Amino acid sequence: MGHHEKQSIVSIIGSVLVIGFYSLYVYRNYIQADMELLNDFRFWGKSFLYLIPVAIVVQIVIQILFAIANRIITQEDLPDITDERDKLIELKCIRISHWIFIAGFMLAMGSLAMGMKPWVMFLILISSGFVASLASEVAKIIYYRMGA
Amino acid sequence: MNDEELYISNTIRRLRFFASEMTQQELADRTGVTRQTIVAIENGKYFPSLELAFRIAHTFNVPLSDVFTYYPENDPVNKKINARQVKKEKK
Repeated sequence: MGHHEKQSIVSIIGSVLVIGFYSLYVYRNYIQADMELLNDFRFWGKSFLYLIPVAIVVQIVIQILFAIANRIITQEDLPDITDERDKLIELKCIRISHWIFIAGFMLAMGSLAMGMKPWVMFLILISSGFVASLASEVAKIIYYRMGA
Repeated sequence: MNDEELYISNTIRRLRFFASEMTQQELADRTGVTRQTIVAIENGKYFPSLELAFRIAHTFNVPLSDVFTYYPENDPVNKKINARQVKKEKK
């Protein structure tokens, strides 16, 4: 398994952990105590704003730990160049995640149009962002396996 | 894609062998790409850009046509064009 594939697997695990623990934390500390919070726009705004930096920091920390562990176990250095194939794969993956997020966004707007509660829209938005990032990493693994 | 269906084949493995058994990593370092990219090119899973193709040929000091060979009859785009022409002629 190549370095990029390992990195993608680590990223998937990181994303699942972040969204899992963050959702659990928010549910236990806020939603469980007051279900009405679900209809409060400020609550969703704050949840999104906190989730984004937390996810970025956790991903960076996980990637650093992975790089250290990988160096110790395999004695291999990380590739210090990003070549044309890496860029091509990255672009293809960004395109996939972009379309999935757009589909999620449309679905979220659709839920509002159908008269569903705003929390359904926010939940769909978060889920589509999560699924888009997972799909991007899975696509990366597949593209690296296929060649490009 | 099977070897028989490849529309661009390459002789990089052979050229590496005759270049004092150059390793994939050495070729990667000399062409500015990763070893995985060289592996993918050798296996016909990835077709390099014209720039990288020239760089590979230059590394072995041979013309581009000695590294890569194009088989138009296997090219899916050509197959599509031919099929379209046959359809037109039938009409």
